[in-house]
Amino acid sequence: MRLRVKLFAFLTRYRDNLSSGMPFEVDLPEDATVADLLRALQVPDEEVKMTFVNGLAQSEDWPLKDGDEVGIFPPIAGG
Amino acid sequence: MWFIRVNMTDLTSRVEPLPDAYKHLGGRGMTSTIVAKEVPPLCHPLGPNNKLVFAPGIVTGTPAPTSARVSAGAKSPLTGGIKETNGGSSWAADLADMQVRALVIEGQAKKNGKLWGLHLAWDAAASQPKVEFFDANEYAGKDLFEVFPKIYAKYGDTISISGCGVAGEYGYGNAGIVYNDPAKRPTRYSGRGGLGSVMGSKGLKFIVLNREGTPGVPVMDEALFDQGRKKMIDALRTHDITKPKGALNTYGTAVLINIMNEAGGLPTRNFSSGRFEGAAKIAGEAIFEGNKQRLGKELYNHACSPGCIIQCSNTWHNPDGTEAASCVEYESDWALGANCGIDNLDDIATMVKLCNAYGLDTIETGATIGVIMEAGVIPFGDSQGAINLVHEMDKGTPLGRILGGGTAFAGKAYGVTRVPAVKGQGMPAYEPRAVKGIGITYATSTMGADHTAGYTIAPEILGVSGKQDPLTPEGKAALSRGFQAATAFIDTSGHCLFIAFAILDIASGMEGMVEECNGVLGTKWTTADIGRVGAEVLKTERAFNEAAGLGKETDRIPEFMRTEPLPPHNQVFDVLDEALDTVYSEL
Repeated sequence: MRLRVKLFAFLTRYRDNLSSGMPFEVDLPEDATVADLLRALQVPDEEVKMTFVNGLAQSEDWPLKDGDEVGIFPPIAGG
Repeated sequence: MWFIRVNMTDLTSRVEPLPDAYKHLGGRGMTSTIVAKEVPPLCHPLGPNNKLVFAPGIVTGTPAPTSARVSAGAKSPLTGGIKETNGGSSWAADLADMQVRALVIEGQAKKNGKLWGLHLAWDAAASQPKVEFFDANEYAGKDLFEVFPKIYAKYGDTISISGCGVAGEYGYGNAGIVYNDPAKRPTRYSGRGGLGSVMGSKGLKFIVLNREGTPGVPVMDEALFDQGRKKMIDALRTHDITKPKGALNTYGTAVLINIMNEAGGLPTRNFSSGRFEGAAKIAGEAIFEGNKQRLGKELYNHACSPGCIIQCSNTWHNPDGTEAASCVEYESDWALGANCGIDNLDDIATMVKLCNAYGLDTIETGATIGVIMEAGVIPFGDSQGAINLVHEMDKGTPLGRILGGGTAFAGKAYGVTRVPAVKGQGMPAYEPRAVKGIGITYATSTMGADHTAGYTIAPEILGVSGKQDPLTPEGKAALSRGFQAATAFIDTSGHCLFIAFAILDIASGMEGMVEECNGVLGTKWTTADIGRVGAEVLKTERAFNEAAGLGKETDRIPEFMRTEPLPPHNQVFDVLDEALDTVYSEL
C-alpha cells in the first residue's frame, strides 16, 4: 500500500531535505501498522508523541490502509 | 505587604497594609475577589463604578521559575462579566517586589480626555511604596513603540511600564493592557476582555514602577520554598515540551499550528473549516526556519519576563535581518493568519506589530477581521486589506470603531450569523466541533471564550496528562471543570500557565508549585487543595457573572456550530446543554 506521510518539528531530521509538514509517499506491505511505518522511516518510538491517521490520533498498533494520510509529531505544546 | 487604592476622580491614593482577609490571595484569586466584592455587577464597565485591579501572583517576584505574572481584573466591557487577564512582564515582578499585593484603580478622572500616569516607587524612609501622578497627555493617541522609549528616557532604566494604547483611549472592547518586554518594547499583554479600555476610561494611561530599592517578596519558610522551587525547576528542565531547546524554546507557541491542522481543529476562514492549506507556511517550524535563513543562524526563543526558564517568545525577522515583530504567538499567528485565510508570515507579523502599537488584543482583532471577511468587506486572504483594517482601528474611523468593538459587535453591525464568540468574546484558535472539551471551556468559562481558562487541548490533542478522544463529548464536562479549577489555582500562584505542561506529567513538579506557595504564605496546602482553592475562585467569579446577568443561558456555543458540520471530520458541537450546565452546578 501507498501512504502519504508528514513528519513535523524535530522529526524532519530523519529524512533528507524535508521541511516540517511536507508530504512524501511511503510504500509498505498490506498489513503494516503505525509501528511498522515508524520502523521503515527509522524514527525512534520514544521521539514520537502523537500520530494522526486521516486526522485522528491512533496508537502504534493501528492497522494502516492504502491511501492513508499519516502525520507524526514529537512532544509539542503551545497555547 | 501593601494594598494600594488610587482614586482617579480626585487624584488621590491610599497605601494601606494588606487586609488579613486577603493575605492568602494572589493573582487571579486576588483580582476576582476584589472585583466581586467591590464592583457593582450591573455597573457600566467604562463608568466610574468599575474598578481595575492589578495583583501579582503568590510567588511572583521570588526566584520561583517562570512566575513573573500579573493578573488584571475588572468588569469586562467585552463580555459584561468578570475578567481576569494575565500577563508576563518585569512589571509583575516589580509590583511584587514593592510588596504590593493589590493595586486598585477606582473612580474616573473628571476632565474628559485628560490622561494621567502613575509612578510607584519605594519610599525607603517610610518603608512603603509611594504613589505620584503625572500628566500623560503628551502620550495620547500615539504609537506605543514611539511612547515607551520616551517614558524610559524620562524615568530611567530601572522601571517597568503598564498602560493602554490608543485602543484603550477609544474605549474599544478589544483593547488590552500592555506591559514592557525585556527589550523594553510594548509587546506583552493582558490582552483579553477590553481591560485596556477600563484603564483608559479612568483617565489612566500608564503605570510606571521603579524597582530601585524595593525590598522584595518576604518568604515565610525559606527551606520549604526552596524545596518547591527546585522541584519545579527540575520538572520544567526535564519535560520535553518545556526544557531548553525543547518544543517551546525552539519553535515557540506557534508550533501548535501544524498539529491543530492535522487534527482538523485549526479554525480556518472564520471557523468554516478545521484545516488550512497554508498551515505549514505559518507554523512555528516555518518561523524557526525562516529566521535561520534570514539571519544565517539558528535563533532560539527568549523569555517574556525575568526568571522564565521555558523561554517561548519568538521574534520574526525581515528579509534583511532586521526585526519585524515580537512575538508571533500561536494565537496571534492563527487569528491574523489561518482564521483570515492569510498564509504570509511577513504580513501576519506586520499586524502583530500594529496590534502591539495600538494596544489591541490580537485574538479579538483576528476573530473580528474573520467575521468582517465573512461579511464580504474584504475577501479572505487579503492581507493588505486586513492590515488596512487594523490601521482603521488606530484612526478611530466609524469602521475602525466597529472593528474595535470586537467579534460579536462587528458581526451584528454587518449582519453576520457565523460569529465565533461566547459571552461576546471572540473564540481562540481551537475548533469546538473538532475538540469538544475546549468547546465546553469556551461555553462555560467565567471569562467568555477563553482557551486558557481550561486547556483540555493538553489531553485531547497533545497527549499531555493522558490521551482523550477530541471528538467525543463523553466525560468532557468533568475534564473541563477539573482544568478550569486547576487553572484558577495556577493563575493565583503567579506561575505562567505553561508550567502545566510539565507538572501535569511530573507529579513532583505539582508538589513543587504547592510548596513554593506554602513557603511564601505559610499555608499548609497539599496538591489536593489545588482544585478546592481554584474552585473557590471560580465560584466567586460565577456569582459575579450571574448578578451581572450572565447565567447559564449564556454558557452556550454559537448556534452555527450546532448545525453546520465542520470539515474534515464533519462534526457539529454535540455536547448537551445539560452537560454544559454540570460544569458549574457540580463544581
